[in-house]
Amino acid sequence: MTILSPTSTAVLYLVAAICFILALKGLSSPKTARRGNLIGAAGALIGVVTVFLSMKLDNIPWILAAIAVGSAIAAPVARRVQMTQMPQLVALFNGVGGGAAALVALLELSHTDDPWVRLAVVFTLLVGAISFSGSLVTFAKLQELMTTRPIVFPGLPVIMAAALLAAVGASVAVIMTGNGWLAVLLLVFGLLTGVLLVLPVGGADVPIVISLLNAFTGLAVAASGLVLGNVLLVVAGTLVGASGTILTRAMASAMGRSVTGILFGAFKGGSTAGSTVASDRPVRSSSAEDVAVLLGYAQKVVIVPGYGLAVAQGQHTIAELQSELESRGIQVVFAIHPVAGRMPGHMNVLLAEANVPYESLKEMSEVNPEFKTADVALVVGANDVVNPAAKTSPGSPIYGMPILEVEQAPQVVFLKRSMRPGFAGIENELLFEPQTTLLFGDAKESLGKVLAAVKAL
Amino acid sequence: MDGIALLTITVLSVFVGFEVVSKVSSTLHTPLMSGANAIHGIILVGAIIVAGQAADGWTLALALLAVVLATANLVGGFVVTDRMLEMFRGRKAARR
Repeated sequence: MTILSPTSTAVLYLVAAICFILALKGLSSPKTARRGNLIGAAGALIGVVTVFLSMKLDNIPWILAAIAVGSAIAAPVARRVQMTQMPQLVALFNGVGGGAAALVALLELSHTDDPWVRLAVVFTLLVGAISFSGSLVTFAKLQELMTTRPIVFPGLPVIMAAALLAAVGASVAVIMTGNGWLAVLLLVFGLLTGVLLVLPVGGADVPIVISLLNAFTGLAVAASGLVLGNVLLVVAGTLVGASGTILTRAMASAMGRSVTGILFGAFKGGSTAGSTVASDRPVRSSSAEDVAVLLGYAQKVVIVPGYGLAVAQGQHTIAELQSELESRGIQVVFAIHPVAGRMPGHMNVLLAEANVPYESLKEMSEVNPEFKTADVALVVGANDVVNPAAKTSPGSPIYGMPILEVEQAPQVVFLKRSMRPGFAGIENELLFEPQTTLLFGDAKESLGKVLAAVKAL
Repeated sequence: MDGIALLTITVLSVFVGFEVVSKVSSTLHTPLMSGANAIHGIILVGAIIVAGQAADGWTLALALLAVVLATANLVGGFVVTDRMLEMFRGRKAARR
Protein backbone atom coordinates (compact mmCIF):
# COMPACT_ATOMS: atom_id res chain seq x y z
CA MET A 1 0.00 0.00 0.00
CA THR A 2 1.18 3.49 -0.74
CA ILE A 3 -0.82 5.72 1.55
CA LEU A 4 1.83 8.41 1.76
CA SER A 5 2.78 10.66 -1.14
CA PRO A 6 6.51 10.99 -1.95
CA THR A 7 6.46 14.47 -0.40
CA SER A 8 4.96 13.41 2.92
CA THR A 9 7.32 10.43 2.94
CA ALA A 10 10.28 12.75 2.56
CA VAL A 11 8.95 15.03 5.30
CA LEU A 12 8.47 12.11 7.71
CA TYR A 13 12.00 10.85 7.03
CA LEU A 14 13.22 14.38 7.73
CA VAL A 15 11.37 14.38 11.05
CA ALA A 16 12.94 11.02 11.94
CA ALA A 17 16.40 12.32 11.01
CA ILE A 18 15.89 15.40 13.21
CA CYS A 19 14.88 13.08 16.07
CA PHE A 20 18.21 11.24 15.67
CA ILE A 21 20.18 14.50 15.74
CA LEU A 22 18.29 15.60 18.88
CA ALA A 23 18.93 12.18 20.41
CA LEU A 24 22.70 12.45 19.99
CA LYS A 25 22.62 16.05 21.16
CA GLY A 26 20.62 15.02 24.25
CA LEU A 27 22.91 12.09 25.02
CA SER A 28 25.90 14.38 25.39
CA SER A 29 24.56 15.92 28.63
CA PRO A 30 23.40 14.02 31.74
CA LYS A 31 20.33 16.22 32.22
CA THR A 32 18.85 15.56 28.80
CA ALA A 33 20.25 12.10 28.08
CA ARG A 34 17.22 9.97 28.85
CA ARG A 35 14.84 12.25 26.99
CA GLY A 36 17.29 12.24 24.08
CA ASN A 37 17.28 8.47 23.93
CA LEU A 38 13.46 8.38 23.91
CA ILE A 39 13.38 10.98 21.11
CA GLY A 40 15.74 8.71 19.17
CA ALA A 41 13.45 5.72 19.70
CA ALA A 42 10.48 7.82 18.53
CA GLY A 43 12.46 8.76 15.41
CA ALA A 44 13.14 5.10 14.70
CA LEU A 45 9.43 4.30 15.09
CA ILE A 46 8.48 7.11 12.68
CA GLY A 47 11.04 5.81 10.16
CA VAL A 48 9.78 2.23 10.32
CA VAL A 49 6.07 3.18 10.09
CA THR A 50 6.88 5.50 7.17
CA VAL A 51 8.54 2.76 5.12
CA PHE A 52 5.46 0.54 5.49
CA LEU A 53 3.10 3.32 4.39
CA SER A 54 5.17 4.82 1.61
CA MET A 55 5.90 2.01 -0.82
CA LYS A 56 4.43 -1.17 -2.20
CA LEU A 57 5.85 -4.05 -0.19
CA ASP A 58 5.19 -7.78 -0.51
CA ASN A 59 5.59 -10.35 2.25
CA ILE A 60 4.30 -7.93 4.91
CA PRO A 61 3.12 -10.69 7.31
CA TRP A 62 6.58 -12.28 7.10
CA ILE A 63 8.27 -8.96 7.74
CA LEU A 64 6.06 -8.22 10.75
CA ALA A 65 6.78 -11.69 12.10
CA ALA A 66 10.53 -11.13 11.69
CA ILE A 67 10.26 -7.80 13.54
CA ALA A 68 8.36 -9.57 16.32
CA VAL A 69 11.06 -12.25 16.53
CA GLY A 70 13.86 -9.67 16.66
CA SER A 71 12.10 -7.71 19.39
CA ALA A 72 11.24 -10.84 21.34
CA ILE A 73 14.91 -11.83 21.37
CA ALA A 74 16.48 -8.43 22.06
CA ALA A 75 14.12 -6.70 24.48
CA PRO A 76 14.22 -9.28 27.32
CA VAL A 77 17.99 -9.66 27.00
CA ALA A 78 18.45 -5.89 27.07
CA ARG A 79 16.17 -5.59 30.07
CA ARG A 80 17.74 -8.36 32.13
CA VAL A 81 21.44 -8.05 31.41
CA GLN A 82 23.58 -7.10 34.37
CA MET A 83 25.15 -3.68 34.24
CA THR A 84 28.63 -5.19 34.32
CA GLN A 85 27.84 -7.10 31.13
CA MET A 86 26.63 -4.02 29.31
CA PRO A 87 29.74 -3.56 27.14
CA GLN A 88 29.52 -6.99 25.54
CA LEU A 89 25.81 -6.54 24.86
CA VAL A 90 26.49 -3.24 23.13
CA ALA A 91 29.15 -5.06 21.07
CA LEU A 92 26.68 -7.78 20.15
CA PHE A 93 23.94 -5.34 19.09
CA ASN A 94 26.50 -3.41 17.07
CA GLY A 95 27.58 -6.60 15.34
CA VAL A 96 24.08 -7.66 14.31
CA GLY A 97 23.47 -4.16 12.95
CA GLY A 98 26.59 -4.48 10.80
CA GLY A 99 25.48 -7.94 9.68
CA ALA A 100 22.06 -6.60 8.70
CA ALA A 101 23.67 -3.81 6.64
CA ALA A 102 25.90 -6.34 4.83
CA LEU A 103 22.91 -8.58 4.03
CA VAL A 104 20.87 -5.64 2.71
CA ALA A 105 23.75 -4.66 0.42
CA LEU A 106 24.20 -8.24 -0.80
CA LEU A 107 20.52 -8.48 -1.74
CA GLU A 108 20.48 -5.09 -3.47
CA LEU A 109 23.41 -5.94 -5.73
CA SER A 110 21.24 -7.64 -8.37
CA HIS A 111 18.97 -4.57 -8.60
CA THR A 112 21.59 -2.24 -10.00
CA ASP A 113 23.85 -1.75 -13.04
CA ASP A 114 25.30 1.56 -11.93
CA PRO A 115 29.00 1.19 -10.98
CA TRP A 116 28.69 4.00 -8.41
CA VAL A 117 25.87 2.18 -6.67
CA ARG A 118 27.94 -1.00 -6.85
CA LEU A 119 30.77 0.88 -5.17
CA ALA A 120 28.43 1.73 -2.29
CA VAL A 121 27.25 -1.92 -2.21
CA VAL A 122 30.83 -3.14 -1.97
CA PHE A 123 31.64 -0.63 0.77
CA THR A 124 28.59 -1.69 2.82
CA LEU A 125 29.37 -5.38 2.36
CA LEU A 126 32.98 -5.04 3.41
CA VAL A 127 32.52 -2.63 6.33
CA GLY A 128 29.34 -4.36 7.54
CA ALA A 129 31.11 -7.74 7.50
CA ILE A 130 34.17 -6.37 9.35
CA SER A 131 31.91 -4.79 11.94
CA PHE A 132 29.90 -8.00 12.35
CA SER A 133 32.79 -10.43 12.87
CA GLY A 134 34.93 -7.89 14.72
CA SER A 135 32.10 -7.20 17.16
CA LEU A 136 31.58 -10.92 17.74
CA VAL A 137 35.26 -11.24 18.68
CA THR A 138 35.03 -8.26 21.07
CA PHE A 139 31.91 -9.87 22.54
CA ALA A 140 33.80 -13.14 23.06
CA LYS A 141 36.68 -11.28 24.70
CA LEU A 142 34.49 -9.30 27.08
CA GLN A 143 32.34 -12.32 27.92
CA GLU A 144 35.62 -14.13 28.58
CA LEU A 145 34.80 -16.86 26.12
CA MET A 146 38.38 -16.25 24.99
CA THR A 147 41.39 -14.53 26.49
CA THR A 148 41.17 -10.78 26.88
CA ARG A 149 44.87 -10.42 26.21
CA PRO A 150 46.13 -9.50 22.73
CA ILE A 151 46.41 -12.51 20.44
CA VAL A 152 49.35 -12.21 18.10
CA PHE A 153 50.92 -15.07 16.19
CA PRO A 154 53.80 -15.09 13.72
CA GLY A 155 52.63 -14.16 10.28
CA LEU A 156 49.52 -12.35 11.49
CA PRO A 157 50.44 -9.09 9.74
CA VAL A 158 51.06 -11.04 6.53
CA ILE A 159 47.76 -12.94 6.73
CA MET A 160 45.96 -9.72 7.50
CA ALA A 161 47.52 -7.90 4.56
CA ALA A 162 46.60 -10.86 2.34
CA ALA A 163 42.99 -10.83 3.56
CA LEU A 164 42.73 -7.11 2.93
CA LEU A 165 44.28 -7.41 -0.52
CA ALA A 166 41.92 -10.26 -1.38
CA ALA A 167 39.00 -8.11 -0.16
CA VAL A 168 40.12 -5.18 -2.30
CA GLY A 169 40.52 -7.49 -5.31
CA ALA A 170 37.07 -8.99 -4.81
CA SER A 171 35.67 -5.46 -4.38
CA VAL A 172 37.03 -4.36 -7.75
CA ALA A 173 35.72 -7.54 -9.36
CA VAL A 174 32.24 -7.01 -7.91
CA ILE A 175 32.15 -3.40 -9.06
CA MET A 176 33.13 -4.47 -12.59
CA THR A 177 30.86 -7.52 -12.93
CA GLY A 178 28.12 -7.22 -10.33
CA ASN A 179 28.49 -10.99 -9.82
CA GLY A 180 26.64 -12.24 -6.74
CA TRP A 181 29.05 -15.09 -5.97
CA LEU A 182 32.01 -12.73 -6.01
CA ALA A 183 30.04 -10.59 -3.56
CA VAL A 184 29.64 -13.60 -1.26
CA LEU A 185 33.40 -14.15 -1.52
CA LEU A 186 33.92 -10.49 -0.59
CA LEU A 187 31.64 -11.02 2.40
CA VAL A 188 33.84 -13.92 3.55
CA PHE A 189 37.04 -11.86 3.18
CA GLY A 190 35.37 -9.03 5.11
CA LEU A 191 34.44 -11.41 7.96
CA LEU A 192 38.00 -12.72 8.07
CA THR A 193 39.43 -9.19 8.14
CA GLY A 194 37.16 -8.26 11.04
CA VAL A 195 38.38 -11.21 13.11
CA LEU A 196 42.05 -10.54 12.32
CA LEU A 197 41.65 -6.85 13.11
CA VAL A 198 40.32 -7.42 16.62
CA LEU A 199 42.36 -10.48 17.73
CA PRO A 200 45.51 -8.44 18.54
CA VAL A 201 43.56 -5.96 20.66
CA GLY A 202 43.47 -6.71 24.37
CA GLY A 203 42.11 -5.72 27.75
CA ALA A 204 41.05 -2.14 28.31
CA ASP A 205 41.42 -1.31 24.61
CA VAL A 206 38.54 -3.60 23.61
CA PRO A 207 35.80 -1.07 24.46
CA ILE A 208 37.48 1.54 22.27
CA VAL A 209 37.42 -0.94 19.41
CA ILE A 210 33.69 -1.47 20.03
CA SER A 211 33.24 2.26 19.63
CA LEU A 212 35.27 2.19 16.43
CA LEU A 213 33.25 -0.72 15.02
CA ASN A 214 30.12 1.16 16.03
CA ALA A 215 31.26 4.02 13.81
CA PHE A 216 31.99 1.47 11.05
CA THR A 217 28.45 0.10 11.23
CA GLY A 218 27.18 3.67 10.96
CA LEU A 219 29.16 4.15 7.77
CA ALA A 220 27.90 0.83 6.40
CA VAL A 221 24.32 1.92 7.09
CA ALA A 222 24.96 5.27 5.40
CA ALA A 223 26.34 3.52 2.32
CA SER A 224 23.36 1.18 2.19
CA GLY A 225 21.20 4.32 2.28
CA LEU A 226 23.01 5.50 -0.84
CA VAL A 227 22.32 2.11 -2.45
CA LEU A 228 18.62 2.24 -1.64
CA GLY A 229 18.31 5.99 -2.25
CA ASN A 230 16.96 6.35 1.29
CA VAL A 231 17.78 9.70 2.91
CA LEU A 232 17.00 8.55 6.46
CA LEU A 233 19.59 5.77 6.32
CA VAL A 234 22.15 8.16 4.84
CA VAL A 235 21.63 10.77 7.56
CA ALA A 236 21.38 8.34 10.50
CA GLY A 237 24.34 6.25 9.35
CA THR A 238 26.55 9.26 8.71
CA LEU A 239 25.62 10.78 12.08
CA VAL A 240 26.66 7.61 13.86
CA GLY A 241 29.79 7.29 11.75
CA ALA A 242 30.90 10.83 12.53
CA SER A 243 29.90 10.94 16.20
CA GLY A 244 31.33 7.45 16.71
CA THR A 245 34.66 8.60 15.30
CA ILE A 246 34.75 11.56 17.70
CA LEU A 247 33.76 9.32 20.59
CA THR A 248 36.44 6.77 19.71
CA ARG A 249 39.08 9.49 19.68
CA ALA A 250 37.82 10.94 22.97
CA MET A 251 37.98 7.51 24.64
CA ALA A 252 41.44 6.80 23.27
CA SER A 253 42.81 10.16 24.40
CA ALA A 254 41.33 9.61 27.88
CA MET A 255 43.69 6.64 28.03
CA GLY A 256 46.61 8.49 26.48
CA ARG A 257 46.60 6.19 23.46
CA SER A 258 46.14 6.56 19.73
CA VAL A 259 43.62 4.59 17.72
CA THR A 260 46.29 3.19 15.42
CA GLY A 261 48.35 2.27 18.49
CA ILE A 262 45.38 0.33 19.83
CA LEU A 263 44.76 -1.53 16.57
CA PHE A 264 48.32 -2.22 15.53
CA GLY A 265 50.36 -1.71 18.72
CA ALA A 266 50.53 -5.44 19.47
CA PHE A 267 52.21 -6.09 16.11
CA LYS A 268 55.21 -4.15 17.27
CA GLY A 269 55.26 -6.15 20.47
CA GLY A 270 55.48 -2.89 22.38
CA SER A 271 52.63 -1.18 24.08
CA THR A 272 50.07 -3.90 24.74
CA ALA A 273 52.19 -7.00 25.19
CA GLY A 274 53.16 -6.49 28.81
CA SER A 275 54.21 -9.01 31.39
CA THR A 276 51.76 -11.16 33.31
CA VAL A 277 54.31 -12.40 35.77
CA ALA A 278 53.72 -11.62 39.41
CA SER A 279 56.42 -9.65 41.15
CA ASP A 280 58.24 -11.12 44.12
CA ARG A 281 59.42 -7.82 45.57
CA PRO A 282 58.39 -7.39 49.20
CA VAL A 283 55.15 -5.53 49.94
CA ARG A 284 53.22 -4.77 53.11
CA SER A 285 49.99 -6.70 53.24
CA SER A 286 47.49 -6.76 56.04
CA SER A 287 44.15 -8.11 57.22
CA ALA A 288 40.65 -6.79 56.65
CA GLU A 289 40.54 -5.82 60.34
CA ASP A 290 43.61 -3.56 59.99
CA VAL A 291 42.10 -1.91 56.94
CA ALA A 292 38.84 -1.42 58.83
CA VAL A 293 40.70 0.36 61.65
CA LEU A 294 42.43 2.64 59.13
CA LEU A 295 39.11 3.51 57.52
CA GLY A 296 37.01 3.66 60.66
CA TYR A 297 39.22 6.24 62.37
CA ALA A 298 39.79 8.42 59.31
CA GLN A 299 38.07 11.73 58.69
CA LYS A 300 38.16 11.58 54.94
CA VAL A 301 38.42 8.55 52.64
CA VAL A 302 38.84 8.65 48.86
CA ILE A 303 37.78 5.44 47.14
CA VAL A 304 39.30 4.66 43.73
CA PRO A 305 37.17 2.01 42.03
CA GLY A 306 38.51 0.17 38.98
CA TYR A 307 38.24 -2.75 36.62
CA GLY A 308 38.63 -5.33 39.41
CA LEU A 309 35.59 -3.94 41.21
CA ALA A 310 33.56 -4.17 38.02
CA VAL A 311 34.65 -7.75 37.38
CA ALA A 312 33.91 -8.83 40.96
CA GLN A 313 30.57 -6.95 40.83
CA GLY A 314 31.43 -5.34 44.14
CA GLN A 315 29.60 -2.07 43.50
CA HIS A 316 26.80 -2.80 45.98
CA THR A 317 29.23 -3.77 48.71
CA ILE A 318 31.27 -0.65 48.19
CA ALA A 319 28.11 1.48 48.35
CA GLU A 320 27.29 -0.20 51.68
CA LEU A 321 30.79 0.48 52.94
CA GLN A 322 30.36 4.11 51.98
CA SER A 323 27.11 4.53 53.91
CA GLU A 324 28.56 2.67 56.92
CA LEU A 325 31.56 5.00 56.98
CA GLU A 326 29.36 8.06 56.48
CA SER A 327 27.14 7.01 59.37
CA ARG A 328 30.30 7.21 61.49
CA GLY A 329 30.79 10.81 60.35
CA ILE A 330 33.54 10.04 57.84
CA GLN A 331 33.57 11.93 54.55
CA VAL A 332 33.72 9.50 51.61
CA VAL A 333 34.22 10.44 47.96
CA PHE A 334 34.75 8.31 44.88
CA ALA A 335 37.54 9.25 42.48
CA ILE A 336 36.47 8.22 38.99
CA HIS A 337 39.10 7.87 36.30
CA PRO A 338 37.66 8.47 32.81
CA VAL A 339 38.38 4.86 31.82
CA ALA A 340 37.62 3.14 35.13
CA GLY A 341 35.58 -0.02 34.71
CA ARG A 342 35.17 -1.98 31.54
CA MET A 343 34.65 0.96 29.27
CA PRO A 344 34.87 4.73 29.54
CA GLY A 345 32.15 6.10 31.81
CA HIS A 346 31.19 2.57 32.81
CA MET A 347 32.09 3.04 36.48
CA ASN A 348 29.59 5.88 36.76
CA VAL A 349 26.88 3.54 35.49
CA LEU A 350 27.90 0.76 37.90
CA LEU A 351 27.97 3.02 40.96
CA ALA A 352 24.70 4.63 39.91
CA GLU A 353 23.23 1.12 39.84
CA ALA A 354 24.29 0.69 43.48
CA ASN A 355 22.65 4.03 44.35
CA VAL A 356 25.86 5.83 45.21
CA PRO A 357 24.76 9.48 45.34
CA TYR A 358 25.73 11.65 42.39
CA GLU A 359 27.63 14.21 44.47
CA SER A 360 29.97 11.54 45.91
CA LEU A 361 31.38 10.82 42.45
CA LYS A 362 34.22 13.11 41.47
CA GLU A 363 36.01 13.29 38.17
CA MET A 364 39.76 13.14 37.94
CA SER A 365 40.60 16.85 37.67
CA GLU A 366 38.24 17.66 40.53
CA VAL A 367 39.45 14.96 42.92
CA ASN A 368 43.21 14.99 42.34
CA PRO A 369 43.90 17.93 44.72
CA GLU A 370 41.86 16.10 47.40
CA PHE A 371 44.20 13.16 47.87
CA LYS A 372 46.53 15.35 49.93
CA THR A 373 43.75 16.26 52.35
CA ALA A 374 42.37 12.73 52.66
CA ASP A 375 43.48 10.35 55.40
CA VAL A 376 43.20 7.18 53.36
CA ALA A 377 42.97 6.36 49.67
CA LEU A 378 41.26 3.01 49.11
CA VAL A 379 42.10 1.57 45.69
CA VAL A 380 39.73 -1.23 44.71
CA GLY A 381 40.78 -3.26 41.69
CA ALA A 382 42.47 -0.39 39.87
CA ASN A 383 46.13 -0.41 38.95
CA ASP A 384 47.17 1.33 35.75
CA VAL A 385 44.99 4.40 36.39
CA VAL A 386 46.90 5.14 39.62
CA ASN A 387 50.38 4.17 38.44
CA PRO A 388 52.79 7.13 38.85
CA ALA A 389 54.88 5.66 36.01
CA ALA A 390 52.47 7.45 33.70
CA LYS A 391 54.04 10.69 34.90
CA THR A 392 57.57 9.68 35.81
CA SER A 393 58.90 7.07 33.36
CA PRO A 394 58.91 8.13 29.71
CA GLY A 395 59.64 4.57 28.54
CA SER A 396 56.49 3.13 30.09
CA PRO A 397 53.61 2.03 27.83
CA ILE A 398 51.18 4.14 29.85
CA TYR A 399 53.44 7.21 29.87
CA GLY A 400 51.33 10.30 29.24
CA MET A 401 48.06 8.79 30.42
CA PRO A 402 46.38 11.08 32.95
CA ILE A 403 46.22 9.32 36.31
CA LEU A 404 44.63 9.69 39.72
CA GLU A 405 47.26 11.05 42.09
CA VAL A 406 46.82 8.46 44.81
CA GLU A 407 50.50 8.70 45.73
CA GLN A 408 49.72 12.05 47.40
CA ALA A 409 47.55 10.41 50.06
CA PRO A 410 49.23 9.80 53.45
CA GLN A 411 47.85 6.23 53.60
CA VAL A 412 47.08 4.04 50.61
CA VAL A 413 45.20 0.73 50.76
CA PHE A 414 45.16 -1.47 47.67
CA LEU A 415 42.56 -4.19 47.30
CA LYS A 416 44.11 -6.53 44.74
CA ARG A 417 43.54 -10.04 43.58
CA SER A 418 47.27 -10.80 43.28
CA MET A 419 50.61 -9.17 42.56
CA ARG A 420 50.05 -9.67 38.84
CA PRO A 421 50.49 -6.36 37.03
CA GLY A 422 47.48 -4.64 35.46
CA PHE A 423 46.55 -4.62 31.82
CA ALA A 424 49.53 -2.54 30.76
CA GLY A 425 51.82 -5.24 32.14
CA ILE A 426 54.01 -2.97 34.22
CA GLU A 427 54.72 -2.85 37.91
CA ASN A 428 53.18 -0.14 40.02
CA GLU A 429 55.86 1.44 42.21
CA LEU A 430 53.11 2.69 44.46
CA LEU A 431 52.62 -0.86 45.74
CA PHE A 432 56.09 -0.83 47.28
CA GLU A 433 55.87 2.57 48.98
CA PRO A 434 55.97 2.67 52.80
CA GLN A 435 52.53 4.29 53.06
CA THR A 436 50.92 1.48 51.06
CA THR A 437 49.09 -1.54 52.48
CA LEU A 438 47.76 -4.39 50.38
CA LEU A 439 44.76 -6.59 50.99
CA PHE A 440 44.73 -9.56 48.67
CA GLY A 441 41.59 -11.25 47.39
CA ASP A 442 38.51 -10.87 45.23
CA ALA A 443 37.35 -7.24 45.43
CA LYS A 444 33.82 -8.09 46.50
CA GLU A 445 34.88 -10.59 49.19
CA SER A 446 37.55 -8.28 50.56
CA LEU A 447 35.11 -5.40 50.70
CA GLY A 448 32.60 -7.60 52.50
CA LYS A 449 35.19 -8.51 55.13
CA VAL A 450 36.27 -4.88 55.56
CA LEU A 451 32.62 -3.84 55.85
CA ALA A 452 31.94 -6.43 58.54
CA ALA A 453 35.08 -5.38 60.41
CA VAL A 454 34.13 -1.69 60.27
CA LYS A 455 30.68 -2.53 61.64
CA ALA A 456 32.34 -4.40 64.51
CA LEU A 457 34.59 -1.48 65.48
CA MET B 1 16.92 11.63 -5.47
CA ASP B 2 20.01 12.43 -7.51
CA GLY B 3 23.52 11.56 -6.44
CA ILE B 4 24.73 15.10 -5.82
CA ALA B 5 21.83 15.85 -3.47
CA LEU B 6 22.55 12.65 -1.51
CA LEU B 7 26.25 13.52 -1.40
CA THR B 8 25.40 16.99 -0.08
CA ILE B 9 23.26 15.50 2.66
CA THR B 10 26.01 13.02 3.54
CA VAL B 11 28.66 15.71 3.87
CA LEU B 12 26.41 17.97 5.95
CA SER B 13 25.54 15.02 8.22
CA VAL B 14 29.24 14.44 8.86
CA PHE B 15 29.56 17.97 10.19
CA VAL B 16 26.41 17.68 12.28
CA GLY B 17 27.68 14.37 13.71
CA PHE B 18 31.04 15.89 14.64
CA GLU B 19 29.37 18.94 16.10
CA VAL B 20 26.70 17.33 18.33
CA VAL B 21 29.09 15.17 20.31
CA SER B 22 32.19 17.33 20.23
CA LYS B 23 32.09 18.19 23.94
CA VAL B 24 30.70 15.04 25.56
CA SER B 25 31.82 14.38 29.15
CA SER B 26 33.51 11.07 29.86
CA THR B 27 30.66 10.23 32.27
CA LEU B 28 28.42 9.74 29.25
CA HIS B 29 30.78 7.94 26.88
CA THR B 30 29.14 4.57 27.47
CA PRO B 31 25.49 5.67 27.12
CA LEU B 32 26.38 7.76 24.07
CA MET B 33 28.09 4.80 22.44
CA SER B 34 25.08 2.65 23.19
CA GLY B 35 22.65 5.32 21.95
CA ALA B 36 24.54 5.78 18.68
CA ASN B 37 24.58 2.00 18.39
CA ALA B 38 20.78 1.96 18.66
CA ILE B 39 20.43 4.64 15.97
CA HIS B 40 22.23 2.63 13.31
CA GLY B 41 19.62 -0.07 13.90
CA ILE B 42 17.53 2.07 11.53
CA ILE B 43 19.06 -0.19 8.87
CA LEU B 44 15.79 -1.99 9.67
CA VAL B 45 14.15 0.36 7.15
CA GLY B 46 16.54 -0.95 4.48
CA ALA B 47 15.97 -4.55 5.55
CA ILE B 48 12.19 -4.05 5.30
CA ILE B 49 12.59 -2.63 1.78
CA VAL B 50 14.64 -5.60 0.51
CA ALA B 51 12.31 -8.08 2.22
CA GLY B 52 9.29 -6.34 0.68
CA GLN B 53 10.82 -6.63 -2.77
CA ALA B 54 12.07 -10.21 -2.42
CA ALA B 55 10.86 -12.35 -5.31
CA ASP B 56 12.28 -15.79 -4.42
CA GLY B 57 12.53 -17.85 -1.25
CA TRP B 58 16.26 -17.49 -0.73
CA THR B 59 16.21 -13.73 -1.06
CA LEU B 60 13.26 -13.52 1.28
CA ALA B 61 14.95 -15.75 3.87
CA LEU B 62 18.13 -13.66 3.86
CA ALA B 63 16.15 -10.41 3.93
CA LEU B 64 14.07 -11.64 6.87
CA LEU B 65 17.29 -12.57 8.68
CA ALA B 66 18.41 -8.98 8.08
CA VAL B 67 15.10 -7.76 9.52
CA VAL B 68 15.56 -9.87 12.65
CA LEU B 69 19.15 -8.67 13.15
CA ALA B 70 18.30 -5.03 12.52
CA THR B 71 15.31 -5.17 14.88
CA ALA B 72 17.52 -6.67 17.59
CA ASN B 73 20.01 -3.83 17.11
CA LEU B 74 17.31 -1.16 17.14
CA VAL B 75 15.05 -2.37 19.95
CA GLY B 76 17.82 -3.80 22.14
CA GLY B 77 19.96 -0.71 21.68
CA PHE B 78 17.31 1.73 22.80
CA VAL B 79 16.19 -0.43 25.73
CA VAL B 80 19.72 -0.94 27.04
CA THR B 81 20.52 2.77 26.73
CA ASP B 82 17.34 3.68 28.56
CA ARG B 83 18.21 1.30 31.38
CA MET B 84 21.63 2.84 31.77
CA LEU B 85 20.23 6.36 31.80
CA GLU B 86 17.47 5.42 34.22
CA MET B 87 20.23 4.70 36.72
CA PHE B 88 21.69 8.13 36.28
CA ARG B 89 18.30 9.53 37.23
CA GLY B 90 17.95 7.09 40.14
CA ARG B 91 21.20 8.39 41.51
CA LYS B 92 19.71 11.87 41.82
CA ALA B 93 16.53 10.52 43.41
CA ALA B 94 18.65 8.71 46.03
CA ARG B 95 20.28 11.98 47.11
CA ARG B 96 20.89 11.99 50.81
